[in-house]
Amino acid sequence: MKKPMKKVSILTILLVSVFLMASCGDKTISFGGGADTGPAYGDAIIIGSIGDASNLIPMLASDSASHDVTGFIYSGLVKYDKDYNIVGDLASSWEISEDNLTFTFHLRDDVKWQDGKPFTSADVMFTYRLMIDENTPTAYAGKYLLVKEARAPDPYTFIVTYSEPLAPALISWGSLQSLPKHILEGADITKSELARKPMGTGPYKFVEWKTGEKIVLTSNHDYFEGRPYIDRIIYRIIPDTATMFLELKAGGVDWMGLSPIQYERQTDDESFKKSFKKYKYLADGYAYLGFNLDNPKFKDKRVRKAISYAIDKQEIIDVVLLGLGEIATGPYKPGTWQYNPDVERYDYDPEKARKLFKEAGWEDTDGDGLLDREGVPFEFTIITNQGNELRAKSAEIIQKRLNEVGITVKIRIIEWAAFLSEFVRPRNYEAMILGWNILQDPDLFNVWHSSKTGPDELNHVNFRNDEVDKLLEEGRRVFDQEKRKKYYFRIQEILADEAPYVFLYVPDSLPVVHARFHGIEPAPAGISYNFTEWYVPEGMMKYTNLK
Amino acid sequence: MARYTLKRLIMMIPILFGITIISFAVIHLAPGEPTDLATSLNPDVTPEAKEKMRKLYGLDKPVHVQYFNWIKRIVVLDFGNSFAPDRRPVINKIKETIPITISINILSILLIMAVAIPIGIYSATHQNSFFDKAATVFVFVGFAVPTFWLALLMMRWFGIQLAWLPISGVKSVMYDYLSPVGKAWDVTKHLLMPVVLSAFGGLAGLSRYMRSNMLEVIRQDYITTARAKGLPERVVIYKHAMRNALMPVITVLGLSVPGLIGGSVIFESIFSIYGMGRLFYASVLSRDYPVVMGILVIGAVLTLIGNLLADVSYALTDPRIRKG
Repeated sequence: MKKPMKKVSILTILLVSVFLMASCGDKTISFGGGADTGPAYGDAIIIGSIGDASNLIPMLASDSASHDVTGFIYSGLVKYDKDYNIVGDLASSWEISEDNLTFTFHLRDDVKWQDGKPFTSADVMFTYRLMIDENTPTAYAGKYLLVKEARAPDPYTFIVTYSEPLAPALISWGSLQSLPKHILEGADITKSELARKPMGTGPYKFVEWKTGEKIVLTSNHDYFEGRPYIDRIIYRIIPDTATMFLELKAGGVDWMGLSPIQYERQTDDESFKKSFKKYKYLADGYAYLGFNLDNPKFKDKRVRKAISYAIDKQEIIDVVLLGLGEIATGPYKPGTWQYNPDVERYDYDPEKARKLFKEAGWEDTDGDGLLDREGVPFEFTIITNQGNELRAKSAEIIQKRLNEVGITVKIRIIEWAAFLSEFVRPRNYEAMILGWNILQDPDLFNVWHSSKTGPDELNHVNFRNDEVDKLLEEGRRVFDQEKRKKYYFRIQEILADEAPYVFLYVPDSLPVVHARFHGIEPAPAGISYNFTEWYVPEGMMKYTNLK
Repeated sequence: MARYTLKRLIMMIPILFGITIISFAVIHLAPGEPTDLATSLNPDVTPEAKEKMRKLYGLDKPVHVQYFNWIKRIVVLDFGNSFAPDRRPVINKIKETIPITISINILSILLIMAVAIPIGIYSATHQNSFFDKAATVFVFVGFAVPTFWLALLMMRWFGIQLAWLPISGVKSVMYDYLSPVGKAWDVTKHLLMPVVLSAFGGLAGLSRYMRSNMLEVIRQDYITTARAKGLPERVVIYKHAMRNALMPVITVLGLSVPGLIGGSVIFESIFSIYGMGRLFYASVLSRDYPVVMGILVIGAVLTLIGNLLADVSYALTDPRIRKG
């Protein structure tokens, strides 16, 4: 009979296809491998980026996507080497005067702009003047405004004098990426074509930018440190991390950052290991739970310390980061010279927490399992920004642990712009989970000094401590590393004792690069510090018909 | 007919003004300003610098003055400059994203029609058959399944396991090096999954609508008459019944005109397609008022035109309405 046959055949086809789809394991487009025949010029690397750049003039953009791209096109006077020591970039050497107020930079004389014109100190002077010009809408002028005088006595010398000694000044001349005077002079920087078509002195030249899709760079054969081996860089903008991961496995992306779960659980099959190299090192940032210090609940430091004891930070790392991170004890990265390993620690200890709560007046007097004081139960709201799953999950774990010691915690996730304008700026919050980047210079004046508690400033927990203020003011004037260390070690001791934040974790950075790229050497500064020395051996090149 | 159309066209103007006023008011109600994102939590920005930035964007003026300044420019079709760091003209940003969004939407609608209409007709003529039931399940699954989840499954299946199709984007990285035929094939391969998935979600609406229209039509007296006249079933269904059942579908098409410029930000993010969905969402998040208003105005104009087209085409195709 016709009908039952049709039924059976359609159903069978459906079932078989579902079964096939579900049963196949994941396949990575395999890489053949081969012998490393040494550095060769050629090939392209495709870098996956979640966001598009916004403006390719370094001082005008504040997003990381723009800075990633301009980092390849422009150069500063100095830069960091693999161990985070300051070395020369456009400057071959420099001297600092006895009184630490004057920096004399000797610029390289073999640098050309990518359009062929020679680079001189006039370009540095021009860029510096642009930076401090009040008509330039830049977010980075702060340190350069402290310069008393700048001179360029000859084409290869640039001298700056400060009125006060400023230790973080030296590396700030690395962040001042030099712009071409011969292009920008007399023009309005906000209307310049350079925003979409950059031109610098760096290892890569701009080719094209298809908005929302890709940015293409090609190697600068006249780069003053030598022509880079990899001929092309292509930034592919892929907003979804799941899609980017699939593209990686299909060969459409060569370099991306993995999430903890991708690193731990989804990249261990044989074909993946053959085709890709994974790296793991501490990232330059940390997450924290910050208390609004003007809120009466958190004014007593015993309460803050108790909350820190009640939170199991290792648990957060194990659950949220799958173990890929370290507990943070302060605002610096473990392993760096400024990191103080001996500060007070808050290991998970709910008993100690309860004791401290009792001392501060919080006890469970009515037996309902919740702490209360003068009849008021202890509850507060933690806010964090939308779009960061790690922070949201951390909040949930904190909520659970605090509930166990008798505190009711509510969580609110708020869209970023509203988060800033309605909660952070007017200090209209009780506690928040956020993160900070960790910069290499230990100066944290802007985050912890009591003068930086204005609505748009960084000390948004309103931390005010006289001793820390003094240490911050003096620490940034001292140049000798051993002497500076003492100031910042003491600051970390105080921050650990006062606990304005519960420092949570420093996550791991988890980049993955296609196996055909050689020359990658993980170091304290990560893996991209020597990008111009990465290469693909001749026989392994993938993109060979680049015009 | 002509008088009716003219009246409608003239009415569009005040309606459009009303839409712009409400849109403008609503987006300014959202907390936060475009300058906040650049200046908040920024150690180097002084209050003076922030005020200066606000002045630059005209944000220091009262809301109704800002609206007036904006409407003054819009009536001469000047959409202004974006508030994003690149400060590019709004119209350029929209021009970059509209073509791909419209293309995918048109292809999707064509695919939906090509599949849903036959499904609807066959389901109606074979009501309660196995096909009817299976088709119902199929289209409702398409409607209910979250597209982003299905998209990832499809990407894994077709992009990695079978390696037949590219995973995301509209063009390959090496697109510029392809021949013209290669380029056309490249774009086709890239658009296959997005268009099919987008259509899969939309099948339910049209096919069910078509089915119920057909069911109603084939019970009409004139269909019985046609059969009584001895016409072959094929002619009865595809010439007489279908034509009458299709009429409401045309109005539905007219109403989908404003949807042509609408992109789903989730869908576009998964497929890395830089379309109107992503542009609109990113602009809202960064309070980029000129871009948001520009997109809303275009959407409003298209909605009004689409409505008008739908009504007019219904009048044109249905003689009963035309002749009163």
